[in-house]
Amino acid sequence: MSATGLGASVRRKEDFRFVTGRGQYTDDIARPGQARAVFVRSPHAHATINRVGTSAAAAMPGVLAVLTGAEFAADKLGSLICGWMVHSKDGSPMKMAPHPALVAGKVCYAGEPVAVVIAESLAQARDAAEKVAVDYGALPAVVDPAMAQSADAPQIHEIATRNTIFEWHLGDAQATETALRGARHVTRLDLRNNRLAPNAVEPRAAIAEYDAGTDGFTLWNTTQNPHVARLVLSAFVGVAPEHKLRVIAPDVGGGFGSKIFIYPEEVICLWAAKKVRRPVKWVADRTEAFLADAHGRDHVTHAEMGFDAKGKIIGLRVKTIANLGGYMSTFSSSIPTYLYATLLSGQYAIPSIYCEVDAVYTNTVPVDAYRGAGRPEATYVVERLIEVAAREMGIDPAELRRRNFIKAFPHQTPVIMTYDCGDYGASLDKALELAGYKSFSERKREASRRGKLRGIGLSTYIEACGIAPSQAVGSLGAGVGLWESAEVRVNPTGTVEVLTGCHSHGQGHETTFAQFVAERLGIPIENVAIVHGDTDKVQFGMGTYGSRSGAVGMSAVAKALDKVEAKAKKVAAHLLEASEADIVFKDGKFTVTGTDKSAAFGEVALNAYIAHKFSGSELEPGLKEGAFYDPTNFTFPAGCHVCEVEVDPEIGETRIVSWTAVDDFGVVVNPMIVEGQVHGGIAQGVGQALMERAVYDETGQLVNGSLSDYVLPRAEDLPPLVVDTTVTPCPSNPLGIKGCGEAGAIASPAAVMNAITDAIGTEDLAMPATPQAVWAALQRTTRRAAAE
Amino acid sequence: MPAVSLTVNGKPVRVEVEPRTLLVQLLRDNLRLTGTHVGCDTSQCGACVVHVDGKAVKSCTMLAVQAEGADVLTIEGLAPGDALHPMQEAFRQNHGLQCGYCTPGMIMTAVDIVRRKGFDLDDRTIREELDGNLCRCTGYHNIVKSIAAGARAMAPDAPMPQAAE
Repeated sequence: MSATGLGASVRRKEDFRFVTGRGQYTDDIARPGQARAVFVRSPHAHATINRVGTSAAAAMPGVLAVLTGAEFAADKLGSLICGWMVHSKDGSPMKMAPHPALVAGKVCYAGEPVAVVIAESLAQARDAAEKVAVDYGALPAVVDPAMAQSADAPQIHEIATRNTIFEWHLGDAQATETALRGARHVTRLDLRNNRLAPNAVEPRAAIAEYDAGTDGFTLWNTTQNPHVARLVLSAFVGVAPEHKLRVIAPDVGGGFGSKIFIYPEEVICLWAAKKVRRPVKWVADRTEAFLADAHGRDHVTHAEMGFDAKGKIIGLRVKTIANLGGYMSTFSSSIPTYLYATLLSGQYAIPSIYCEVDAVYTNTVPVDAYRGAGRPEATYVVERLIEVAAREMGIDPAELRRRNFIKAFPHQTPVIMTYDCGDYGASLDKALELAGYKSFSERKREASRRGKLRGIGLSTYIEACGIAPSQAVGSLGAGVGLWESAEVRVNPTGTVEVLTGCHSHGQGHETTFAQFVAERLGIPIENVAIVHGDTDKVQFGMGTYGSRSGAVGMSAVAKALDKVEAKAKKVAAHLLEASEADIVFKDGKFTVTGTDKSAAFGEVALNAYIAHKFSGSELEPGLKEGAFYDPTNFTFPAGCHVCEVEVDPEIGETRIVSWTAVDDFGVVVNPMIVEGQVHGGIAQGVGQALMERAVYDETGQLVNGSLSDYVLPRAEDLPPLVVDTTVTPCPSNPLGIKGCGEAGAIASPAAVMNAITDAIGTEDLAMPATPQAVWAALQRTTRRAAAE
Repeated sequence: MPAVSLTVNGKPVRVEVEPRTLLVQLLRDNLRLTGTHVGCDTSQCGACVVHVDGKAVKSCTMLAVQAEGADVLTIEGLAPGDALHPMQEAFRQNHGLQCGYCTPGMIMTAVDIVRRKGFDLDDRTIREELDGNLCRCTGYHNIVKSIAAGARAMAPDAPMPQAAE
């Protein structure tokens, strides 16, 4: 292994600009003559818009335009869309309601934009926005997914009777029913997967510019996938044609899914920029982020897991109601279906599984992918069930898991997926060893002497990443292909630019992709630049989410590098006056086999461009190759997380005292970066388990829409994290990579809840396990015990 | 419009601002020092931390006019030219950042922690002192490591830094 090659913890190339304040995020960009946009947002969760009075606002100082939903409708722009078709059991398509970027008739969630003010300065736009007079006719609202389908709930969209978007199912209902009926033991749980606000620390922002000379648009946007944004904005919304719209995602300050989607604000900025003939900039404040960024999770689930006399799982049945909010966001339909139910087999050999999912509209901001997206919800169901089952049957939870692990690969689950490889016993054993599982009872006794309740919880999770191949996801309803593109441009001086359709918003691609390219070409890592996030530079790409960049994006680079090497060998053959078949490329050198004749990579690159050694009829000059890579399967990262907690029974407070993670991500490019991804994922999962929940009251007001009210994990809430790996190389891509970005968030909520319920001795506890919730659960247990 | 005179990163500046202008807006919009970030509107996140007269301050909690006569240091002024302050270098070496958005505020806070608590910082002290700074990427593990290493490197008797890897 070289100091900068695959497997080395290379320090990040991007960090110099970030630690010195030289990063360039969207809000750091100021375009000459830019105006500022401020949105007028509905204070009602559900209301008709009777009239929007704009004259007072338009007369305010500095105001360039006040635009409303009526004008947006008059321009006949298209609707925002959900790009994944899901069909109901009866074969009917999902009920996708129109979603105009600026509404005219009715609002469906509090915070929905109804007008926009464009003014010379932010302060002037804010002042004027307060003068926009909207006459609303308030309607009753529904916010709870469990209530959305009831007969007395208000119907939000004409197209969706009883607010039902689809009633979907997967698996074999009859076989599962038979299995559960014949089971020796059935564990049943009612679970809520709490609604989360993603809260990347950089709020969303957009700057749109229109050039009348070229009739072209440029959009700087906090997006994880600039090409998909351009596609939706052009092909569906029609705000600008694809070839006349440049989307730039500069430095992006975290995404976690929330910056995948195409939101109303960027549509409006583009539309308004052409109207006012000025660059239009919008930056969300945190309150807007809470109100208008797509939220995550929000499932209500009943689940049953059946076991035979030997403790083998024989059937799993799950019924989930998934809240999709007021409109269907870009990928919302796929999250509680193909990214959720397909993972319900976990790491276990389960002969029969049946899952029903009803997706519903409510008067809340749309819900879509948030770190893990469907897979944390599935893991929470499976890992809570097996832990509770172990306790009910009096079997050690680690042993019950081990008894049910899949051991032979490939393994076909009853819910679509074919797991390609893994060694679940290895990651469990290593995690238990590192966590000191065997000596837990001693620590529990010691804690008890201090008046603390100590608990331990496991989560042996699986996820599906690198969502592909395109043909497969297309058959499941995806509106796009999920391949990735790469282009390798070798310059005459031998330096290399690599263009990727992936996008880095914290993942460190400028380093990891460069590690791979430098090693492969045998050139210094400083000579490699990674280019991403600009539709004018990179022709097309699918962006970064679903832990796909290594497995899919880097594989595309590998494919392009194969072509570069093949072409360079031809150049080298001419240069070295040898047969192409005799040229060997190794460690940055082209050698004529069996001789000492060789040429360095840079020399061959130069000769490819000066083209003095070959004729144009023999070989094209230049050294630049592109590739599109479509994987043969999903990848299946898996592992085991062990959480140990201490609960103070007096006040219900939970302290996480230790955390051990052993993950199998296949081949690891940069261990330092991979560990960092795991750390961050764990923190987000701990946030979900202990403190985070976006709360809407019954009228549809988000009651904790600020960082003073919605609690994010802080440094004090987390212990030092022990993170390690096991490796089974992924056979489904050339590099053996599985992906690591979401694992922490997928594994951790179940581990925390398993630990707390172990500590307090009751399963009657929902996320987030706040001190109040834990204390109340303890009181209920004490009361029950007293009554018995 | 009132004018405010202050020193920013060692340079005297005089800026006309609306009275409601926040210090962070003066830095970002008027002086184009965009390394100081804004992550919230309730003074919770700490992305905007700068030093005012040597102390860490959330620059979103202070009006620009309140900085009259003050000496303000931002992330851009922490080290001269292309050099890195030991704390910046420690964040780079210890992977104390991912998306980089909270990083300037973290580093400015970290330098202030060292000023108040010394060069030998334990895990618990650092975590407590980071109460005012949010990071959504790192889970804080490597930030805590970075600050401990940066604090040691800031000590007067610290060995000269090794060449960067």
